[in-house]
Amino acid sequence: MYGIAGAIVRWLLPLTILALLVGAAWGLLFTSPDFRQGNSYRIIYIHVPSAVVALAGYYVMAIAGAVSLIWRMKMADVAMKAAAPVGAALTFIALFTGALWGKPTWGTWWEWDARITSMLILLFLYLGVVALYEAFDNKEAAGRACAILSLVGMVNIPIIYKSVDWWYSLHQPASIKFSGESAIDSSMLYPLLLMIGAFYALFTCCLLMNMRAELLQRESRTAWVRRLVKPDGPR
Amino acid sequence: MYFDSVQAALSMDGHGSFVWVAYFVTLLIISAVLLVPGLRRRRLLRQVATELARQESGYATREGPR
Repeated sequence: MYGIAGAIVRWLLPLTILALLVGAAWGLLFTSPDFRQGNSYRIIYIHVPSAVVALAGYYVMAIAGAVSLIWRMKMADVAMKAAAPVGAALTFIALFTGALWGKPTWGTWWEWDARITSMLILLFLYLGVVALYEAFDNKEAAGRACAILSLVGMVNIPIIYKSVDWWYSLHQPASIKFSGESAIDSSMLYPLLLMIGAFYALFTCCLLMNMRAELLQRESRTAWVRRLVKPDGPR
Repeated sequence: MYFDSVQAALSMDGHGSFVWVAYFVTLLIISAVLLVPGLRRRRLLRQVATELARQESGYATREGPR
């Protein structure tokens, strides 16, 4: 697993960084401004991808938590712990860029709107998993507690998705739809889709890199780690 | 290229500070989440290496010539 993850990261990471740079430059410099919001809408190219992947990342964390809880699979516990800080970072990006977008567009940095509040809860869930893991000395108990927390937190995910339809307030509903016409021009849609893809790849890279570090720490006394450090050492 | 000059791209008709700060902070956070696991992995590998070296020198003194 350690080796496979390393091999994947080695080619996926350069691709991710390239896609992020191309997507950012495309969105920042080569698209025309929105006819109502002017240039502030360019924040969409980081706001929407980070929010989308923050939600998807929660599924990864919660499913990994469920697998480690039910089948006691060690690798799932490693994946759950590795996903939490990345998800927290992405949720923070979504909230922060949302505030910066809100100021020129809505006239306010923050609003206790349903979508924004439920995203804040998502951030606390991610940070909660990180903190809860550190709080236990017994790492097996820590893994179980975090898995339960992340599963309970799953109720928040459909609330976030549906919040813009249930409570119609400041935050606009989704512009991209899987079926039917998207409410966004294709010249803006393509760089946005590229950025969403790049953020998914970014999450995958970070997840795998965190898992590699976590595996090394847990298995630092085993023979395979020793051989990794000293290939010609005793078997 | 949509903007005519660097100046226009920086100001973005008054929205520039919001847009550029958003991208800059995102860049910082992404750099952090990409760098931290690699640094942690390297530190762990170094720790294991020192541990191994200490063990080996320990064996050498115990089992070495008297």
